[in-house]
Amino acid sequence: MRLIEQIGKWLDRRLQLGEPIREIAEHSVPRRSASWWYVFGSAALTVFALQIVTGIMLALIYVPSASEAWNSLQFLNHDVALGWFIRALHGWGSNFMVAIVLMHMVQVFLFGAYKFPRELTWLIGVFLLLMTLGMAFSGQVLRFDQDAYWGLGIGASIASRTPIVGAALVKLILGGPIIGGATLSRFFVLHVFVIPGLLIAFVSLHLFLVLKVGINEWPMPGRIVCKETYVRQYEELLKKDGVPFVPYGIWKDLIFSAIILLALALFAVFFGPFGPTGVPDPTIIQTVPKPDYFFLWIYALLALLPPSLETPALLIGPVVAIAALVLLPFVAGEGEKHWRRRPVAVLSVILIALTLGMFTHLAGFSPWSPKMDAWSGEPAPDNFLHGRTALERKGAAVFQEKQCRNCHSLAGKGGQRGPALDSVATRLTRDQLVRQVLQGGGNMPAYGKNLSPAETTALVSFLSILRPPGAPPAYDPSRVNNDTNATESSSARH
Amino acid sequence: MATRSQNTIPPTTTPVQNTISRRSVLVKLGILLNGLIAIALTIPIIRYLFSAVTRERKNGYLSWISLGSITQFPEGETRLATFRNPDVTPTDGPTADTSCWVRHVSGERFQVFAINCAHLGCPVRWFSQSGLFMCPCHGGVYYEDGSRAAGPPERGLFTYPCKVENGLVQIQAGELPTPGSPRAHNLERKNPCA
Repeated sequence: MRLIEQIGKWLDRRLQLGEPIREIAEHSVPRRSASWWYVFGSAALTVFALQIVTGIMLALIYVPSASEAWNSLQFLNHDVALGWFIRALHGWGSNFMVAIVLMHMVQVFLFGAYKFPRELTWLIGVFLLLMTLGMAFSGQVLRFDQDAYWGLGIGASIASRTPIVGAALVKLILGGPIIGGATLSRFFVLHVFVIPGLLIAFVSLHLFLVLKVGINEWPMPGRIVCKETYVRQYEELLKKDGVPFVPYGIWKDLIFSAIILLALALFAVFFGPFGPTGVPDPTIIQTVPKPDYFFLWIYALLALLPPSLETPALLIGPVVAIAALVLLPFVAGEGEKHWRRRPVAVLSVILIALTLGMFTHLAGFSPWSPKMDAWSGEPAPDNFLHGRTALERKGAAVFQEKQCRNCHSLAGKGGQRGPALDSVATRLTRDQLVRQVLQGGGNMPAYGKNLSPAETTALVSFLSILRPPGAPPAYDPSRVNNDTNATESSSARH
Repeated sequence: MATRSQNTIPPTTTPVQNTISRRSVLVKLGILLNGLIAIALTIPIIRYLFSAVTRERKNGYLSWISLGSITQFPEGETRLATFRNPDVTPTDGPTADTSCWVRHVSGERFQVFAINCAHLGCPVRWFSQSGLFMCPCHGGVYYEDGSRAAGPPERGLFTYPCKVENGLVQIQAGELPTPGSPRAHNLERKNPCA
């Protein structure tokens, strides 16, 4: 023990770091800021540190080459002792980090911490958020599987829509004309050298500013931030009710970080590593690529935007979003900090969270995509076949064969791209069904060229019996006299 | 500093001033020299970085590739073909191969569609029964001639320039087709090649 003390003293004589470290540790914070609400930033830092450690561990085995990456991940998963665990920690660490960074941001926003004099801290924070998302995306690319391959294709397609420089931008991103070896190397460099370097530098700056400007005080309704008086008021608050960060604040940070690390380890153990999914072989086209969790909302947005709005939204949307975040502390740098006096801020958070949450939820089952194997995988429901005529049954077969089921569900099974057809006969008359099938419209392809007259007749006969028992069939008011007889005779048949 | 110089240095301070200005010139010269060398070094670095974009060759990355004999593609049908990218780097692995849909219209008339959806590049699948290409990602649908049928794409499938030579179906390929590539616009709704 005495030896350690002596070595410590010997080092400190030369380094002279003991005193500054003590000053930093014991810097004064407002008593109420040593709160459970102020633990997200340190938790993000803890997870980042874990990501660095596990990242270095993975780099011991991982090969950043398009021909070897997938194999090296399989090797890590199955052949290296606890390789799967390190991969799981790193993968779940990525999700945890994005989640915690977002929580940190929401907390900072709702507590008004971005206001004077902490604007620069906020700006660096915005940059750190973007870098964190950059790490999440580039990490997904390094897991070089089918999702990564087609995800890169989607990224390239989006980038290509940039006016004038689009095509050049695609080659710059891919490192060549196609997604290949150069592409993976590029993303490896970003994920392992460039972005982590920036993260370390800017996290340090972020922390430096927290120390220099001081942690945000606990907001109180009616305590207004005013540039002329704020710094003096903050210093008075520290004098009156300040406590040293160590130990008053740090124990909460430590306990929360420990809980997060424990949760992360449990997720890693129970849910295991992410992928890799199939080999990144572009000739295997039986694949349904999906992005990682935190990019699912973009995937949904791209399916749901009207086509004409898509390119403008893709190009202008991110600029507007980043500009809004950057301008926030300059537009609202003074005034109320407490969320109860900032209804617009609270509503914005709720609206954005609901929107992102909704899009993410929808992306989970992507109702906009045809279900590629529904036509051969989901049999026609019994109740629509029982006691039907031969023609109607033939129609049911046509319905399956022509892949109608890929977009239209029956009895809750099948695609959700088009409307469910269980009660289509209550909405469309026979004539309207024929027109819709042959000419398409309303986002449905025209089947005129691919259906023989006999198939069309059979299909429409089948469709015109699709209605719940007792529900009246659709009729054409302009031909009501002629059709009433027809529909009566057809319902008499059932 | 000022008081000390009054005590120790004689009133004629011109030589001292000269020394200072000479030093500052030397510092400036040093900065200038480093700046010039930095700029000189930046040029090759930037050229290296952008080499994927600024490739100087007539057709860029494109060349003619054979997809196989004409007999492999029965008339009136659409079949999947794979080809190897003309520019393969040593580490491309499986990504050097690409698929495409070959539609044999009639005789020597062919249409060769990129596998990539014109919306965001996911692989489209052909359904011969309904004569449609469907995309699994965002629900783009195309007719058998590649024209847009439904969903988010704003245009038809990308078509490779193609020709039949010595009984071989050949396409001009080598670049990932994306909605923004200048060639993509030229290739839209082109007549089936002869």
